[in-house]
Amino acid sequence: MTSTSLSGGHKAGARRNVAKGWWDRLPLLPALIFVISVTQLPFVITFYYSLQRWNLVSTNAPRFVWFRNFINAAGDAVFLKAIANTAIITFSIVVASVVIGGLLAAGLNREFRGRTIARTLAITPFFIMPVAAALFWKTGVYDPTFGILGWITDDLGIGRINWISQYPKLTIIILTTWQWSAFSLLILLAGMQSFPTEVAEAAQVDGAGRFYTFRRLMLPHLRPFIELTGLLVAMYVLENFAAIAILTNGGPAYATTNLSYYVYLEAFSAFDLGRASAFGMISLALAMALTIPMLRIVSGIFKEGGRA
Amino acid sequence: MTRQRRSVLDLLLTVLTWAGTLIMFAPIAWMILTSFKTEQDAVSYPPKFFFTPTLDHYRRIFENDFVSFASVSVLVTLVSTAIVMVLAVPAAYALTVRPVPKWRDVLFFFISTKMMPIAAGIVPIYLVARAFDLLNTSTVLIILYTSMNLPLAIWMIRSFMVEIPRDVFDAVEVDGAGRVREIVQIIVPLIRPGLASTALLCAIFAWNEFFLAVNLTTTVSTLPVFLQKFLSFGQLYTAQVAAVATLINIPVVVAGWLAQKSLTRGLTFGAVK
Repeated sequence: MTSTSLSGGHKAGARRNVAKGWWDRLPLLPALIFVISVTQLPFVITFYYSLQRWNLVSTNAPRFVWFRNFINAAGDAVFLKAIANTAIITFSIVVASVVIGGLLAAGLNREFRGRTIARTLAITPFFIMPVAAALFWKTGVYDPTFGILGWITDDLGIGRINWISQYPKLTIIILTTWQWSAFSLLILLAGMQSFPTEVAEAAQVDGAGRFYTFRRLMLPHLRPFIELTGLLVAMYVLENFAAIAILTNGGPAYATTNLSYYVYLEAFSAFDLGRASAFGMISLALAMALTIPMLRIVSGIFKEGGRA
Repeated sequence: MTRQRRSVLDLLLTVLTWAGTLIMFAPIAWMILTSFKTEQDAVSYPPKFFFTPTLDHYRRIFENDFVSFASVSVLVTLVSTAIVMVLAVPAAYALTVRPVPKWRDVLFFFISTKMMPIAAGIVPIYLVARAFDLLNTSTVLIILYTSMNLPLAIWMIRSFMVEIPRDVFDAVEVDGAGRVREIVQIIVPLIRPGLASTALLCAIFAWNEFFLAVNLTTTVSTLPVFLQKFLSFGQLYTAQVAAVATLINIPVVVAGWLAQKSLTRGLTFGAVK
C-alpha cells in the first residue's frame, strides 16, 4: 500500500487508500476526539497550572515557579497523610470486598431454594447512590443516639460509640466495603459459574472433598477473576469521594482525607489552584503507577474476548 | 452416613448464605422501613419494627425544590446516555467488525482513561466551564458524563459485537450493503438486548455521580447534590432522609435488576461474561 513510486496512477491509488483509511476510521473518530478532549486535555492543562504559583485568594498574578509546588508537596504533612490515608483506605476496602464478596459468591454458587432472590438482594447495595447510602448510614446506622449501631453496642454493654468521630477511617471503610463487596460478589460469582462442571464432577468421582476441590481447583481457576476484581475496585475506590464528603468531611484532623478529597479542599476551599494542580498530577502519577502494572496482569482476560 | 453429613453441611451453608445476604440487604431494608415511620418512631429506642406507617415524608419531599433537581437528574441521565450510545455504537463497530489499524491500542487507551482520577483534571475542567459560562448548567454535566461513560460503553458494546457470527458480515459484504445500513439494520437489531443493558449501566453511573456535580453545579444540579444539602439543615431528620434516599434509589435499583444479566460484562469492560 505504501507506493511512493513513479507513475501518477500509483499516486492516485495511494491517495485513494489514504482516503479509504480515514473513511474506515470515521465511525471511531467522534468518540475518540470527544474522550481525548474532555478527559485527556484537562491533565495537560493541569500540568501547566501545577508549575505556577496561583492562589485565587491572593492578589498576586499567577507566576511561573517551575516545580516548587511539587517540592512543597513533599514537605506538606497533610499531603503525606492524605497519601497514607488513600493507601490504607483503598487497600482495606479492596481486601475486605474481595473476601466478603468471594464468601457470598461461594455460598450463592450452590443449588438452594430462593437462590435468585438471594443473589438479587445481595447485589443491591452496589446500585445505591453513594451519597444516599452515606447519608442514611450517617443518620440511621452510625449515629450514637439515633443509629442502629449505637443501639446494638449499647445492648452489648459497650455503650454508645460515636463511630464517626472515634473510628472515622473504619466508618468509611465499612460503608464503602458494603457497596463494593456486592460488586465483587457479581464478578466472582460469574467466575465461579464459568468453572467447568466436568472438572467438578471428575473431582467428585475421584472422591475429592468439597473443600479440597475448592482450594485446589476452584481457587486457581478464580485467580484472574480475583485480580480483575481487585483492580476494578481499587480503580474506583481510589477516587472515593462521596462517602468522605458526607460522613466525615475528610476529618477529624484530616484522618479521612484521601488524595481526591485533598485536591478538592485545596482547589475549592483554599482556592490554591497551583497547589491543587500539583497534588492532582501526583495523584494521577500514583494511580497510573498502581493500575498500569495491574492492568498488564489482567490484560489476558481482556484479550480472550477479542477477535484478534 | 456421609450423605447425611453432607446434607447437614449443605443446610448449614445455605443458612450462612442467607444470613450473609440478609446482612447485606439489612441497611436497605432498614432505610425503607424508617422512611414510613414518624420522626419520633424513627429515633425511638428500642427500635420499632411494628408501627403505624405514614406517607408524610414522601409527601414532604415534594414541598421544596426536589422536583427541579429530579428533573435535572432525569435530563442529564437521559441525554448523556443517548449521546453515549450514538457515539459508542459506531466506535465499537470500527474496533470490532471492520477494525481499524491499531484497534487494540485504541481500546486500551479507552480503558486507561477510566483509571485516571478525575480529581486530577478538576481544576482545568472548572476553569474551562467557567470561561464558557457553563458552570451551574446541565450542559456541563451532560458533556462530562458522556465522556465518563463512553469508554465503558464502547468496551461493553464491542463485547456483544464480537459474538455476532462472522457469516453475517460476509453475507453483508456479498449483499453490498453500505456501512450505515450495516450498523443500523443488521448489527443493532442483533445486539439490542446488549445495547439496552449498556444504556442502563451508563444511566446508573450518571444518576449516581457526585464529584463533578458538586464541584461544577449548585442550584441547577442533580439529586446527589440535593441530598447533600440535607447535611446543612443542622438537625438531621432520619425518617425524612430515609424517604428521599428510598425514592431516588428506586430507578437505579430497578435499572440494576433489569440489567442484571449483562451487568457483570459491563462492569468488567466485557472481560467476564
